[in-house]
Amino acid sequence: MKHSAKLLWQLFTVFFKIGLFTFGGGYAMLSLIDDACVERRSWITREEMEDLVVVAESTPGPVAINCATFVGARQGGLPGALAATLGMVLPSFLVIFAVSRFLDRFLQIPLVANAFRGVKLAVCLLILDAGLRLLRRLPRKPLPIGIFLVCLGLSLAGSLFSLRLSSVVLLLGAGGLSLLAYALSRRGGRSR
Amino acid sequence: MILLELFLGFLEVGCFSFGGGYAAVALIREVVLSRGWLTEELLAYIIAVSESTPGPLMVNLATYVGSSQAGAAGAAVATLAVVLPAFCIILALMAVLRRFTANPWVRALMTGLKACVTGLILAAGLEMLAGNLLPGGLGGGLAGASGPDWLALALVLLLGGFWFGLRPRMKKKPSPVALILLAALLGAAAYSL
Repeated sequence: MKHSAKLLWQLFTVFFKIGLFTFGGGYAMLSLIDDACVERRSWITREEMEDLVVVAESTPGPVAINCATFVGARQGGLPGALAATLGMVLPSFLVIFAVSRFLDRFLQIPLVANAFRGVKLAVCLLILDAGLRLLRRLPRKPLPIGIFLVCLGLSLAGSLFSLRLSSVVLLLGAGGLSLLAYALSRRGGRSR
Repeated sequence: MILLELFLGFLEVGCFSFGGGYAAVALIREVVLSRGWLTEELLAYIIAVSESTPGPLMVNLATYVGSSQAGAAGAAVATLAVVLPAFCIILALMAVLRRFTANPWVRALMTGLKACVTGLILAAGLEMLAGNLLPGGLGGGLAGASGPDWLALALVLLLGGFWFGLRPRMKKKPSPVALILLAALLGAAAYSL
């Protein structure tokens, strides 16, 4: 693999453009990546793209970053991965950095402050909507449903009685429990 | 010192935010509220700003918090920390992409994590909503500390009706940005009058 400066520049600019036009993040961007990297440039194959989406969903971190890193690394090794990921992050970094400089002052305008009191409520609804969509995709089996109910219950109880259980502890517990259940089911299957 | 705290805080977010996007909100909320980096109110505003500007939610939040706590250096450190885990994991998994997703242990693990994330995100949404409707939050409201905010409740019913009732029946689905704009208009009208 030869990492020419031209390829690195191309990876950077293509992902910069994708990063610039991805509003709302995440899944809206997958079709842009597909178009730029599979259709137009054959940087990765359609199968790789499909696998990538599954992996991006099952590993931590923003889906957009996972995709940029993968395409960059496939085309240009570590320098390629760096160029593509930097290109992906830079537009949102610059925009939000600019916003952070004036948001406080902007919010002091009474009309804006009132508008944002409404916006706050919309954000709660969007978060609930995302949760409900995940809930609909949850397998209807005792273990996932049980884990869901326990995590929901413990988080809510935490806010009711102001006793904080860290989400990380719940995640590790849920992960450990499902691995244990799988190990037991395999064992059970073998002894029969 | 604040730079190290930002790095560690957002490294935690980057390492444990499965599912991307809103699924990460529960964890981010915990990290930024417990350290006093954002108030519940400002967090909601930045999520809204994030919907209306380019880029992933997690990156946007990291950049904002880093910048507000420690300027340009803080923004760079927090953004690097939130991106780093995803970057390293993908590089490590490059060669085994397909085998990784087909592995039954990985699938078992993912089912459990997704179930947990579903609970966390719904709890976060309910807590945030309760905080807006009952000035004392979920606990304060149940303790009868103060009455509900009726105007906010009316707005939630209107917006919820639009998003959960009307939207699924519309041919061209309005985007989250449309909901945010509608909420801004209603909020400006309702609270200014």
